[in-house]
Amino acid sequence: MSPRPDAIARNGTPLLEARELTKHFAVRRGALGWSTAVVRAVDNVSFTIEAGTTLGLVGESGCGKTTTSRLILGLERPTTGVIRFEGRDVHALGRAGEREYRRFVQAVFQDPYASLDPRMRVGAIVAEPLVINSDLGAAGRRRRVAELLELVGLPDRATTLYPHEFSGGQRQRIAIARALALSPRLIVLDEPVSALDVSIRAQVLNLLTDLQKRLGVSYLFIAHDLAAVGHMSHTIAVMYLGRIVEVGEADAVALQPQHPYTRALFAAAMPLDLDAPREAITLTGEVPSPLTPPPGCRFHPRCPFAMDRCAVEVPALRTEAGRLVACHLY
Amino acid sequence: MDGVSFALGEGETLGLVGESGSGKSMTCLSIVRLVPRPAARIVGGAIGLDGEDLLVKSDSEMQRIRGRKVAMILQDPMSSLNPVFSIGMQMREPLAMYHGLRGASAVGRAAALLRSVRIPSPEARLRAFPHQLSGGMRQRVVGAMAIAGPPRLLIADEPTTSLDLTIQAQYLGLLKELQAQHRFSMIFVTHNLGIVARTCDRVAVMYAGRIVEMGPVRRLFTAPAHPYTRALLASIPRFGARRETLTAIAGQPPDLARLPGGCAFAPRCPDVMDRCRTEAPPETATVAGHTTRCWLHVPAA
Repeated sequence: MSPRPDAIARNGTPLLEARELTKHFAVRRGALGWSTAVVRAVDNVSFTIEAGTTLGLVGESGCGKTTTSRLILGLERPTTGVIRFEGRDVHALGRAGEREYRRFVQAVFQDPYASLDPRMRVGAIVAEPLVINSDLGAAGRRRRVAELLELVGLPDRATTLYPHEFSGGQRQRIAIARALALSPRLIVLDEPVSALDVSIRAQVLNLLTDLQKRLGVSYLFIAHDLAAVGHMSHTIAVMYLGRIVEVGEADAVALQPQHPYTRALFAAAMPLDLDAPREAITLTGEVPSPLTPPPGCRFHPRCPFAMDRCAVEVPALRTEAGRLVACHLY
Repeated sequence: MDGVSFALGEGETLGLVGESGSGKSMTCLSIVRLVPRPAARIVGGAIGLDGEDLLVKSDSEMQRIRGRKVAMILQDPMSSLNPVFSIGMQMREPLAMYHGLRGASAVGRAAALLRSVRIPSPEARLRAFPHQLSGGMRQRVVGAMAIAGPPRLLIADEPTTSLDLTIQAQYLGLLKELQAQHRFSMIFVTHNLGIVARTCDRVAVMYAGRIVEMGPVRRLFTAPAHPYTRALLASIPRFGARRETLTAIAGQPPDLARLPGGCAFAPRCPDVMDRCRTEAPPETATVAGHTTRCWLHVPAA
């Protein structure tokens, strides 16, 4: 596979742009499920991903990371808002256009034990996307599978084996090879190493970095491990209860977080360095239910710096210290 | 598990680090004599608590010890809680068994325990069922039950792995506070070296059923002796240290049923020598209190 310099050259428009994405889910409430309530899983979320770069998405469970990734993957349609891929509105492309978009956006999930069909040989697993979405014949598919396996560092003979014959790290390589089959421009990596042993994680992270350099592919990287996100990402977006509270250049966000939630999150991240300066923000309370999010800034009930204004007025994202922050402090 | 030895002082926290299958959890289960039989058996050694050998205790004596002196917190709070009983009923049972508390005094004590792990409105929570609580709250309930003894030793096996980051930080802070208050010793099992750096006094690194390195946290993090420890520390991403590639450890964790002769890490070790493949290295001290099992550190005879 040849590198794609065009992916980097196309500088004017970002590869992917999400504008004011909102996704509501109706949930049934009450003993008989007659009344309904609306969960705003994702609320007015905007970001861009440039070609060949990684956007890290962090936040705790229920913050809307997964819903965001499902919107990007085309598995859900946004309630309002626009996703633009290379400048074109994805949902205005028509069926054929949407199908093409889905070829360009692939995913690798957390658990390589669940994401690979145990009854299929690895060759068939990796070739599966090619059967429907490419004009390659059987011989062409075999060549492409061999190419892909080499790309992810698996031996050729892997094609005839079954997933159970591989370790967790190798299975994740198989999942990556399958995701690469249709030469995607963006891969959603949802916790790609958290199911793996610590000593194996670095191998897979290095492979992903290497593939990005060789193929110019972009990543949307979702993980709980903030140090891994910091290592992999060019940009980091921090979400809390469906909204982005801070987004900016990865080192800026990780090393000098501005939003009180980002500060608390990175303070809780347990750095390896014993002498790393630590901020002493420990949050009290838990994340409120997304069914009844607090008014104003959704973080204000847990925020040590909350002011009267925070309970009534939703803070907009504004530039502060070289990144965007949604907080009334700034 | 093979030849695992360590000692723990009062109020001290030992971190037990290793990958899945390295023997961390088996070590913990051995201490409370709950290894799954007949698949596993304690074939030799001794386990002492306050000078008493736990391996010679009868099963009923052991049960009392597990109830009062040694407590455990596991990764998934639902493996410690019964979904069909209220929190209050589950807390009262051990209070009746080991402390002879019944009726109002048991309820009062249970509420006090919940308050000590900072669960808001504890009286109302006693009537709640586990599914009505969040993961963080459930783990707090397990914590409250664990300190009922109060224990002399608390074994925490990945207690925060299922919790969100900010909740994890709260919980770790709470455990340290409870420890300062009750002076219990703690064995903290985790694969997260960042948590070890924050919460432990000493750390033991396990690989394939053996402790390959043990020492004070600062010493082990700044001057790791065993190649596995070194590789592990180098393979973990750090903030601000923008490196293109991480130092990866080659190969796979070993299959415990087919361990290589000699040092189990030899097939993956960057510093491997001929001797490593045939002879298991003995435990050697690099400085007082810091030991490792590696031929690199065995003085030439």
